[in-house]
Amino acid sequence: MNASIKFYQTGTFTVGNRLLSPEQRSVQASLERSNAINSGHRACQGCGEALGARYAVDAAMRAVNGQLIAANATGCLEVFSTPYPETSWQLPWIHSLFGNAAAVGTGIAAALKVKGRQDVRVIAQGGDGGTTDIGFGCLSGMFERNDDVLYLCYDNEAYMNTGVQRSSATPHAARTNTTMPVGPEPGAPFGQGKKLPLIAMAHEIPYVATATVADLHDLENKVERAMSMHGARYLHVLVPCPLGWGADSADTIKLARLARETGIFPVLEAERGEVTAVSKIRRRIPVEEYLRLQKRFAHLFGKPGHPEMVAAIQAEADRNICRFKLLDKTEAV
Amino acid sequence: MVTAAELLSVAAFEQGRYAQAFPSFGSERTGAPVVAFCRIDERDIRLREPIVEPDVLIVQDPTLLHQVDVFQGLKRDGYVLINSRRSFDDLGVGEVVQRFRHERLLTVPATEIALKHLGRPMPNAVMLGGFAALTGLITLEAVAHAIRDKFAGKVAKANVAAATEAYDSVRRAMQETAHA
Amino acid sequence: MRKQIEGSRAVAEAVALARPEVICAYPISPQTHIVEGLGELVKSGKIAPCEFVNVESEFAAMSVAIGASAAGARAYTATASQGLLFMAEAVYNASGLGLPIVMTLANRAIGAPINIWNDHSDSMSQRDCGWIQLFAAHNQEALDLHIQAFKLAEELSMPVMVCMDGFILTHAVEGIDMPTQDEVDAFLPPYEPRQVLDPAEPVSIGAMVGPEAFMEVRYLAHAKQTVALERIPEIAAEFCDRFGRNTGGLVRSYHCDDAETIVVALGSVIGTLRETVEELRRDGMKIGVLGISSFRPFPLAAVREVLQGAKRVVVLEKSFSVGLGGVVSTDVRLALEGAPVRGYTVVAGLGGRAITRASLASTLRDAVDEKLEPLTFMDLDWRIVNRQLEREAASRRSGPIAENLLRDVGSVASKVS
Repeated sequence: MNASIKFYQTGTFTVGNRLLSPEQRSVQASLERSNAINSGHRACQGCGEALGARYAVDAAMRAVNGQLIAANATGCLEVFSTPYPETSWQLPWIHSLFGNAAAVGTGIAAALKVKGRQDVRVIAQGGDGGTTDIGFGCLSGMFERNDDVLYLCYDNEAYMNTGVQRSSATPHAARTNTTMPVGPEPGAPFGQGKKLPLIAMAHEIPYVATATVADLHDLENKVERAMSMHGARYLHVLVPCPLGWGADSADTIKLARLARETGIFPVLEAERGEVTAVSKIRRRIPVEEYLRLQKRFAHLFGKPGHPEMVAAIQAEADRNICRFKLLDKTEAV
Repeated sequence: MVTAAELLSVAAFEQGRYAQAFPSFGSERTGAPVVAFCRIDERDIRLREPIVEPDVLIVQDPTLLHQVDVFQGLKRDGYVLINSRRSFDDLGVGEVVQRFRHERLLTVPATEIALKHLGRPMPNAVMLGGFAALTGLITLEAVAHAIRDKFAGKVAKANVAAATEAYDSVRRAMQETAHA
Repeated sequence: MRKQIEGSRAVAEAVALARPEVICAYPISPQTHIVEGLGELVKSGKIAPCEFVNVESEFAAMSVAIGASAAGARAYTATASQGLLFMAEAVYNASGLGLPIVMTLANRAIGAPINIWNDHSDSMSQRDCGWIQLFAAHNQEALDLHIQAFKLAEELSMPVMVCMDGFILTHAVEGIDMPTQDEVDAFLPPYEPRQVLDPAEPVSIGAMVGPEAFMEVRYLAHAKQTVALERIPEIAAEFCDRFGRNTGGLVRSYHCDDAETIVVALGSVIGTLRETVEELRRDGMKIGVLGISSFRPFPLAAVREVLQGAKRVVVLEKSFSVGLGGVVSTDVRLALEGAPVRGYTVVAGLGGRAITRASLASTLRDAVDEKLEPLTFMDLDWRIVNRQLEREAASRRSGPIAENLLRDVGSVASKVS
């Protein structure tokens, strides 16, 4: 198939597997997929994390012929996948603590190295709280030592497992149960928050990428690319949470796509600290379209509303677009 | 200092004795004043208290003489060896040490001897050469053995030479004291 | 072979003989010489194959050990004091998951005020964490216990903490019998995990357990420690057969058979106590020492057997439960339930305060003369305590306590003893 052909389906932006050659098709489209997170788990309807994790882990499983071990931080993914006495995990899996998934991954990788099992690879995974907040020390240590672990952060922008509290990945102005919209400056304050992919890049590790559940094929490709490398790798996946975002369960994919198309969530790849590729915005959309679908931003649009905050969020998106060159040259910023 | 106590214990060990060396457990900064202890016995040592009544006192840094009462607890018939070229009187402690047996009080210029042989002011092993001569509790051979155990090659050789010079120097001084 | 070496070095070499596969190192005084020694042994190829991981915190040290152990490797780390507290969450996790990690604890006080010297507050803070806690009385025992610890841990699939007094043992240079590799290999078989992360046979470790089964999981941990009460003396006996040294075990009594007064203690102070007891016996006092080698599991029956014939028991503790008193005492009294034995708690040696024969002898004479308070702080400087109490009574803003006391003592770092 000629790679220069641009696939573009109006309405869904997705490329059907049937249009691709078999080796390019999605891992999930294959009967051989590992179903690493099997059915029967207890995730909510429309859970972005369950979807993202399923695609990511299955892609990793395929990339290493099923020779994979996973370390998991405490959080939704851990809780919904292992309701006693059941487990969804079809690969060797360990949950230790909230803040140590990266370090547990390091330990597993060290053990495999000593045992001469270089064929078996390691992923560590957690939500944004377990990654950007409580697990940050261990994660940075794992990066700095360049341990052979792929760390997957499923970012739903707050502590959802404990009932929606602010994390350092919560976007500005968003309502959470610890940043309630009361007073003159409602929601999570501006000027705070942590851009973990950029911090990961500052460690100059072999590979850093971001992805969303709107483009699952892109997510799979990035996992595959990550698993083709050794050393510390980081993949940050935006996974909308219908419960925590106050969004329709049916809008998970749409919201993830809007996050990218507004410039709010830049989708990129970086190697050794340098950006090597970005996913271009195909049709630029104002942030308002993204924000209005989520009750966590409802206070921005009520009466009297906070148009200045919407403008500030728009400015952040514009800055991302400029900084990461998210638009084709043909489109004006 | 800590090294000196350790070396001393190794030397005693080489001579078939039981020995226990331990520091006064301060902060691990270089240059902080430290005390290290060594017990030597013919039987297994079970005691873990700091030595409060020493038989022998080795002072590596004479500038401490006026900061802490280093002679506190020293037995009346104890030995004192101070790292200095100067005499006890010149160091300003002549009066304090009058209660001890004068033939057991000596100074040895260990830092100078160390500089001469090692090129560095490391008086640990040197003082032990002096200790062996002053007390007769360990032999110079055992000190040399301990040094070779701890250091290798040129450093070991230079330390042994320095310890030997200190040994000879103290022996000479003892003879002078005896004849005085 | 007999060697004159530092306690930390002896432990490093003992751990090396146990063929650890993953070692996690994070420095904290007074444990540093152990991990430094191990780093050197790994680098020089004397421990191979082995991964030496320089982690960024104690929390990571224990977490890396958890991952390594779950993946089937023999894992080791060492810490002390604040480090143990910083890793506390992972300490509980390791035992909860049943991972046979071995850790050296170079016992040190816990701040504030910050203090790097020895006491047992760190061990006692993790009393209930589900680890086996063994205490070494001297460096030979510290070395031997490490070799025994790997065997015990792996047999039971349960982590073991070997506690040795910081500085007093870790930094003491003394004569040590060092076993050979062949001897240790014959005693300690390769690690065969009960549970392992293996793609050929996938398992989920650390799944969430709700009210339906949590109590049962916890009970099983207790049951395993009960088994450890049997295995610890058996392993010590086997060790003695092979190595000719009677170290480890549950308790160790000294002159207790005819003793009217028995002092109970843990760790290196036992040696000083034995010397003190010899001295007091020369004066006709019927006194003995009971050393507790296994603090967790606590050997209630063994302790009772030794103590029940005595008139009085003095528990000498290097830690205490603020607002209550003795920690070990509480356990000892449970062992003595119903027995007509008077109990005393003597808190001593906190934050590195030297425990001297003279003070011990006078305290124990007081006990025999029935003059000892039930809870005594040995060698407490009442002058500076009272001065601070007066200051606090006189002024609301009396200032930081530690600073005030230091000013009163006129303390400098160079204080000799």
